[in-house]
Amino acid sequence: AMETDPKAVVFGEDVKFGGVFRCTLGLVDKFGSDRVFNTPLSEQGLVGFGIGMCSVGHTAIAEIQFADYIHPAFDQIINEGSKYRYRSGSQFECGGLTIRTPYGVVGHGGFYHSQSPEATYCVPGVKVVIPRSPIQAKGLLLSCIRDPNPCIFFEPKILYRASVEEVPEGDYMIPLGKAEVVREGTDVTVIGWGSQLRILDSACEMAEKEGYSCELIDVRTLYPYDIDTLEASVKKTGRVIISHEAAVTGGWGAELSAKIQERCFLHLEAPIKRVCGYDIPPSPLVFERIHIPDALKNLDAIKETVNY
Amino acid sequence: DNPPAMMGPARVVASPSLPLLRSRRLASPGFLLAGAAILSATALSVFSFLSNGHAQNVGAPAAAGLQARTIGGVPGVGMRQYLSGLKGKGMAAFGGERGIRAKIPSPSAVEIGVEDTTSTQTSVSPLDSETAGALYEDMHLGRKFEDATAQWYQRGKVFGFVHLANGQEAISSGAIKQLRPDDYICSTYRDHIHALSKGCDPKEVMAELFAKKTGICNGQGGSMHMFSKKHNMLGGFAFIGEGIPVALGAAFQTRYRRDALKDPNADQVTLAFFGDGTSNVGQFAECLNMASLYKLPIVFVVENNLWAIGMYHYRATAPHLGDQLPHIYKKGPAFGMPGVNVDGMDVVAVREAIGKAVARARAGEGPTLIEAETYRYRGHSLADPDQLRSPEEKERFAKMDPIEKFRAYCLENNLLTEEQLKEYENKAEAKVQEAVEFADNSPKPDKSQLLNNVFADPKGFGVDENGKYRYQNPDFMAKSAAAGLQQ
Repeated sequence: AMETDPKAVVFGEDVKFGGVFRCTLGLVDKFGSDRVFNTPLSEQGLVGFGIGMCSVGHTAIAEIQFADYIHPAFDQIINEGSKYRYRSGSQFECGGLTIRTPYGVVGHGGFYHSQSPEATYCVPGVKVVIPRSPIQAKGLLLSCIRDPNPCIFFEPKILYRASVEEVPEGDYMIPLGKAEVVREGTDVTVIGWGSQLRILDSACEMAEKEGYSCELIDVRTLYPYDIDTLEASVKKTGRVIISHEAAVTGGWGAELSAKIQERCFLHLEAPIKRVCGYDIPPSPLVFERIHIPDALKNLDAIKETVNY
Repeated sequence: DNPPAMMGPARVVASPSLPLLRSRRLASPGFLLAGAAILSATALSVFSFLSNGHAQNVGAPAAAGLQARTIGGVPGVGMRQYLSGLKGKGMAAFGGERGIRAKIPSPSAVEIGVEDTTSTQTSVSPLDSETAGALYEDMHLGRKFEDATAQWYQRGKVFGFVHLANGQEAISSGAIKQLRPDDYICSTYRDHIHALSKGCDPKEVMAELFAKKTGICNGQGGSMHMFSKKHNMLGGFAFIGEGIPVALGAAFQTRYRRDALKDPNADQVTLAFFGDGTSNVGQFAECLNMASLYKLPIVFVVENNLWAIGMYHYRATAPHLGDQLPHIYKKGPAFGMPGVNVDGMDVVAVREAIGKAVARARAGEGPTLIEAETYRYRGHSLADPDQLRSPEEKERFAKMDPIEKFRAYCLENNLLTEEQLKEYENKAEAKVQEAVEFADNSPKPDKSQLLNNVFADPKGFGVDENGKYRYQNPDFMAKSAAAGLQQ
């Protein structure tokens, strides 16, 4: 995006030297410090600043160092970013804004480096996108940047080091608003996104060995989400499991459950099961392993749902 | 990741030798050695004056009332070399880029600080052997504790994100050791030594780092969340700037108790610690404004260690109008409070500056902003490769080790003998050893603790229609997200 759009800039805390996760390594050498720069420690300031730039036609790719730090910018995102187009009758818009931020547990994050606030930021006017792997990440990020709506791109930080894939060079975009069926199956639909996909994949593997055929769907764009793919799958299997790290109460699984039961009520053979984090601040360091919805918990849920 | 070749402007500020000029002997050779740094810096500053023509106030004696001063110069590096290195390069000396970014100004700027004569507090009690010994032990404890934490982190017993404060002990000890037990402090994620200085048991702090049940927060907090009700340590905040409003609230309740509830004993002071990067966060401005407006008994202490992870202070903060360098202490007067600059590597100076501010606050005269200039010897956290800071910079500040400085000071002024110093060191090391053993042998928290403390009642989730805690209902665990946790 930096290459094709001369008005695109990247900014955030510590992005200049590459960022704490080395995401922006090398960019300043290529594009210069007019286009890749550090901001002082003001999340609210830098997101607002991004919105302002975009409202006059530029493209801003803001990085928030950890999703846990996005909350001072909540005001700007919810009150300004999401409403810009609506309240100006489409005269102005901040579609060029993309906020990239690492989210999710990472094994040693504690309360302020492990949060998954994606549900809180799914508001009308803002798109929320979460990739599950490097190939997806590149395509989805390019789509977000070029999308004429403000987007928040949550990157699973646990996959920064763990995920290895052959990413195609060159420009490619993955469409937003489309979910992807990662695994085909007939017994149960398992829904997740981001880092959870890896866990769900291994749960599905284990379930296959025990004779359960699981259909695994990656939602990819959380808002606005692709209800048609989900609906088609649920009508086929009749059973649903939704899994995410964030707390179960009020997590995005709640929205998806409500919508699915609205559309597929008569096709459901079992209650929709949500395998999620407990209702505690995410995530206490010493309890992280029992807090996250791991593969075994999901396996149990699959068995329970299929045998309901 | 090449470390930048920049030197950065020097910050030689008040050192112990200046107040001493008034009342102590000048003759001892050790004193001269200790004073050599400031004298040579003075000479260098004079040199820079001659070559740059800036007005300066070199070595102004400390007058009554709060006074701040900054003296430019680059100690330890030949000024001539430094200046000639800059010649013709302009901004290139600081990394070479141009464009829409913060410009780092010339290094030899010298400003006169803010002088506040409204305070009725003149000076703190002079250091005696006992106080000096306590200070020394506390600084040594802090250093050894942090080193032990690093060691056990490498061995896998301490985990998560750990931020160590090696090099910043003078501020912690100098400031906190003179507080009363009922005074409050609010810190950042670099809070281990603040907790220790405030009186928290090193055993409990280490157990918290090891995430054991006996930790100061029952293992639920971790490195960045050291809280102690007993010692009035209000945390431990991972998010920068979030502790300042909390400190403000604590200060407010003191004022409220005194004025509204007419409690004559309500004169506790709150200290809010934060870093240089935090002075750019919105909450900083909001809190300084309110503190001044309500005349709260709070002291804002900025531990300026020049780096906010990888963001250099001079590139992150804009200077005051007319200045060439950013000075956080100058933001104080804008919000209606005195701003004081102090050498954070000098525990005596820190103690004096903060002591005056605390006395001022206790007397009801309002808040103070203190900028203590220091350095962190380790990286931002134990996961930080620390490649951005130049070796020259690190070396320069390593020479200003606060513990070494204070050691020399104590010996010079016959506050403590070599044997006594050694004894304090041994005591500190024994405490750390004891802490590690205690933490290692402590049990891990039970799984049943997972849901504790979400809400006020012990296991969260409230009270049911029968007036009993929900978790006491045998069906509760079976139907809720807590299923599977029962032990």
